[in-house]
Amino acid sequence: MGAWTSYRLRLKRKRHHVRAFRKRRELTCVQNRTALIDPSDILIFSTLRNELVRLPFFLKYYRDLGVNHFVIVDNGSDDGSREYLEQQEDVSLWTTQASYKRAKYGVDWLNWLQRKYGHGHWCLAVDTDELFIYPFCDARPLRALTDWLDASQIRSFGAMLLDMYPSGQIGEETYQSGQNPLEIARWFDSGNYMIRKNTRFRNLWIQGGARARVFFDDSPKSAPALNKIPLVKWHRSYAYISSTHMLLPRGLNLVYDESGGEKASGCLLHTKFLDTFQEKSREELERRQHYANSHEYRAYSARLADDPVLWSKWSEEYNGWRQIEHLGLMSKGNWA
Amino acid sequence: MSLGVVMIVHEALHRATQLARHWADHGCPVVLHVDQNVDQDSYSRFVDSVSDYKNILFCDRRHCEWGTWSLVEASQAASEMMLDCFPEVQHVLLASGSCLPLRPIAEMTAYLSDRPTTDFIESVTTEDVPWAIGGLNEERFTLRFPFSWRRHRRLFDWAVGLQRRLGYRRRIPLGVTPHLGSQWWCLTRHTLSAILTDPRRVVNDAYFSKVWIPDESYYQTLSRQHSQKIESRSLTLSKFDFQGKPHVFYDDHMQLLRRSDCFVARKIWPQADRLFNSFLSASPSLSAEAEPNPGKIDRIFSKATLRRTKGRSGLLMQSRFPHQRWGSRVTAEPYVVLEGYTELFRNFEPWLADFSRTRVHGHLFATDRAHFEGGETEYFGALPSSAALRDYDTSAFLTNLIWNTQGERQCFQFGPADTQDITWNIARDDNARIHVITGAWAVPLFLSKGAFAEIRREAARLQKIECEHLRVLRSDHARARIRIQTLSEFVLNPLQPLQEVVDQLAPRDRPQLTSPPEMVHLGGFGDFLQNLKNQGMHPHLVGDFPTDFSPQRATPYLVPK
Repeated sequence: MGAWTSYRLRLKRKRHHVRAFRKRRELTCVQNRTALIDPSDILIFSTLRNELVRLPFFLKYYRDLGVNHFVIVDNGSDDGSREYLEQQEDVSLWTTQASYKRAKYGVDWLNWLQRKYGHGHWCLAVDTDELFIYPFCDARPLRALTDWLDASQIRSFGAMLLDMYPSGQIGEETYQSGQNPLEIARWFDSGNYMIRKNTRFRNLWIQGGARARVFFDDSPKSAPALNKIPLVKWHRSYAYISSTHMLLPRGLNLVYDESGGEKASGCLLHTKFLDTFQEKSREELERRQHYANSHEYRAYSARLADDPVLWSKWSEEYNGWRQIEHLGLMSKGNWA
Repeated sequence: MSLGVVMIVHEALHRATQLARHWADHGCPVVLHVDQNVDQDSYSRFVDSVSDYKNILFCDRRHCEWGTWSLVEASQAASEMMLDCFPEVQHVLLASGSCLPLRPIAEMTAYLSDRPTTDFIESVTTEDVPWAIGGLNEERFTLRFPFSWRRHRRLFDWAVGLQRRLGYRRRIPLGVTPHLGSQWWCLTRHTLSAILTDPRRVVNDAYFSKVWIPDESYYQTLSRQHSQKIESRSLTLSKFDFQGKPHVFYDDHMQLLRRSDCFVARKIWPQADRLFNSFLSASPSLSAEAEPNPGKIDRIFSKATLRRTKGRSGLLMQSRFPHQRWGSRVTAEPYVVLEGYTELFRNFEPWLADFSRTRVHGHLFATDRAHFEGGETEYFGALPSSAALRDYDTSAFLTNLIWNTQGERQCFQFGPADTQDITWNIARDDNARIHVITGAWAVPLFLSKGAFAEIRREAARLQKIECEHLRVLRSDHARARIRIQTLSEFVLNPLQPLQEVVDQLAPRDRPQLTSPPEMVHLGGFGDFLQNLKNQGMHPHLVGDFPTDFSPQRATPYLVPK
C-alpha cells in the first residue's frame, strides 16, 4: 500500500467525520446523562427502532457484563421504546425521525456520538438483538477483557455475527419481554462460513451461516456480511465505515492473524429470528431503509412465506462460549 | 526469624492496603514504595488506611517506569529501610501490589526458617536462556539504551542497530558476571545487606543504571557475588506470554492456584474479588509441607501461547486467516480423493464405505450439487449441498468439510465433469491423497449409448479438462500424495491400488481385499475407443486398452498370493 492509498483512505475517514458532523443536526437529545460517565467506563452505542420488547433483557445482559453507560439513538420508535429508555438511569438517549438509510444505516449518528462521548473509552457498538460473548465471559466481566486488551496494546476486538434460530417455525414461540432470547433461538450453524480478505480496508469479509444457507443458496454473493468489530478503544479520529463491519484507520481491522496463529475473538449472538421477525421484516420492507435496496428483507419475505424453518438436523444447540470456541468460531488467543 | 516484605506499588491501592495488612497481621513487616505518579490524595488515603500498623512503613517516593533503573532504586530504598528498621528480619521478599500469597504466611516463614542461608532468586547466565523481549540477551549488558522501548520503539531499534554496526561495547565492571532472572526475589538479610553496603556499589549502580531492564539483572547478578547458597528459582509464581507481558490470574483460576502450592502468585487482576477474599482469609492449608509445583499452570499458559502463535491447523475463522495458503495447510486432516473409481465399479461408494467403514461421498464438486454420502442435502456443520454456495468459495467448502468432520476420514469422488476450481487446493494440500484413473470418464460415455457425435464431443471436452487437471497434479507445487494410472493399466491389476486406497482410508484396521468389487461390463470398450480414434478424437489418457479385454482375462492377476 502506497502513500497514495493511505492518503485516500485518510480523506475517506475525514469525509465520514464531516458527514457525522452534519448529521448531528438530525439528532434531538431526549435525555443526556453523559456527565455521569467516568473516564474508565465501558460504553455501549446503539441505534434502534421499535424494540421495546427486547430492551429489558438487552439492558440487563450488558449491565451484568459490566457495561456502565448506554448511548442510544432512537430512530422514530412508536412502541414506547423511547419512554422506556428515558427512565433508565444509565441511558443517554437521542431521537431522530430522519432517514436511517441516508445516515448510512445509522453509522453517521453513532460516529458523531462516539466522537463526542466515546473518546478514550472502550466502546461496544451493538444492536438490541446482538448478545456479545467472548472467551471466559461466564467467569470474567467485560472489564477483565478490556484490561487485558489494554495490557496487550490491542485497540480493537473482533466478534463475528452468529445467527441464532429456533428449532421450529420462527413465529412458533412467543418471546416474552425480559426473557433470554437464547431460550427460544438456541441453534446455530457451526461450519459453513466463507471468508475472504478485503485488500482495501484489510478486514475479513465473512459470509455464510443459516441466512446464506436458507435465503441465499442461489445468490451467495448477496448474503449478509457477518464480520464485525464491535469493541474498540475509541479515539476521536476513528470512524466506522460500513455498519460495524469495518473501521478507519484500517489498522483497527486487523483483528485476525495471518501467520497461522489465532488472535482472541468473540461472537455476537444474533437473535433476530424470534416471533417479532416476521412483522419486523414486513415493516422494514415497506420502509425500504435497509442496505442494498433491502434485498436482504426481500429474500426473507420470499422464503418465509412458505416455510419459515431455519433449523436443520446438523444445527448445533448453544451451550456456552467454550462450545463456540471449540467449534472454531471464536478463539481464546493467548488469553488464559 | 522473620520475613519482611518490600512492596512496590503503583496502582490498585485498595488491593495494596489489603495485602499490606495481611502480611503485617501475620507478623511480616512491610515497607512500601508508592510510585510518584500516584496523586497526592490517593497516596494520603492509602497511608491513612494502614496508619494503625506499626510494622508498615513507607519509603520516599520516586517516579517509576517499566524497564528502567528507577524500579531498582525503589527496591533499594525500601530494602535499606527494611534492614534498618526491622533488625529481626532474616529474609526479604520483593513483591508488587498484585502479588497474592496463596499459602498461609506461617507456612512460608517456616519454609524459610528451615533454609536460613538460602537465597531464592532466579539467576541464569545470558548464554543459557533465550530471554523473550526484543531478542536482546548479552547485549543488554554491553550496549547503551538512551531511548525508551515502550515509547520510542523505532529510536530504540535504531540505536541498537547503530551500536551493532559500529561494534560498540560497554565495559562490564570487574567481578560482574551478568545473570538474568525474574525480578521477584526473596533474599537473606546477609546477601541483601552485602549488596547494598558493597564498597563497589557506586560502580555497580552506575553500570546497571544504563543496562536495559536492570530490575531483571541487578540483584540476579550481584547476589552471585555474595550469596552463600542460591536456589535459582523465584518463590513468586509469575508467567509471561509470548510478548513478554505477565499472564494475569482471574477468579476462575482459583482451583488452579490452590493446587499449585506456590507461596506467592502474580499477577492477580485487581478486581478478582474471590481470589483476594479467599486467599487473604484465614483458610486452613491443604498441604503444609508441599513444595511449590507450578507445572499445571505452566501447561495452561504454554498452550495459550501455542494457540496464539500456531493456532489450530486447518481452521479458517474470523481471527485466524493464514496469508500464504501455499505454506500453511488449508485442511485439518488427511482425506482421500478418488478419480475414476466410481465410474469403473458398480455401486462403488456404498461398497467402499462398507468395506473400510468410513464416509465415502459421491462427486462433492458435481455441477448440480454436492453429492454427500447417503444423498444428504446438508452435512456436518450444516454445510449445504447447494452448488452456488459451494462454488462461491470452493476452498472454504473443502476446509469446512474436513474441519467439521474431524476424527472421521473423508473420501470423495472427483472427475473432469465436476467444477474444477478446487484442483489447485487439493494438489497443494499435503493432507490430500489423490488416486487418479485417467480416462475413466470414457466408461460412462461408452455405456450411455447416445448419439456418437455427441459422445465424441463430450469425450474431447472431458479429456481436455482432465489434461489440465493432470498438469496441475504433476506440477512442482503439488504437495499431495498422488497416484496416477491410466485406465488400461488399472483394469489389468485393480486390486493393489484399491488396497492402497483402503489402507489410507482405514489406517488402523487396514482390512485386506481378497477380490475387487464388481466392475462394469467392458465388453466392446476397445471397439468404442477405436471408434473414437476413427472419428479423429484420440483418447490418449485411457492408455493402450487391450482390444480383447474381459474381466475373466484379468482374473489371474486378481488372485491374491
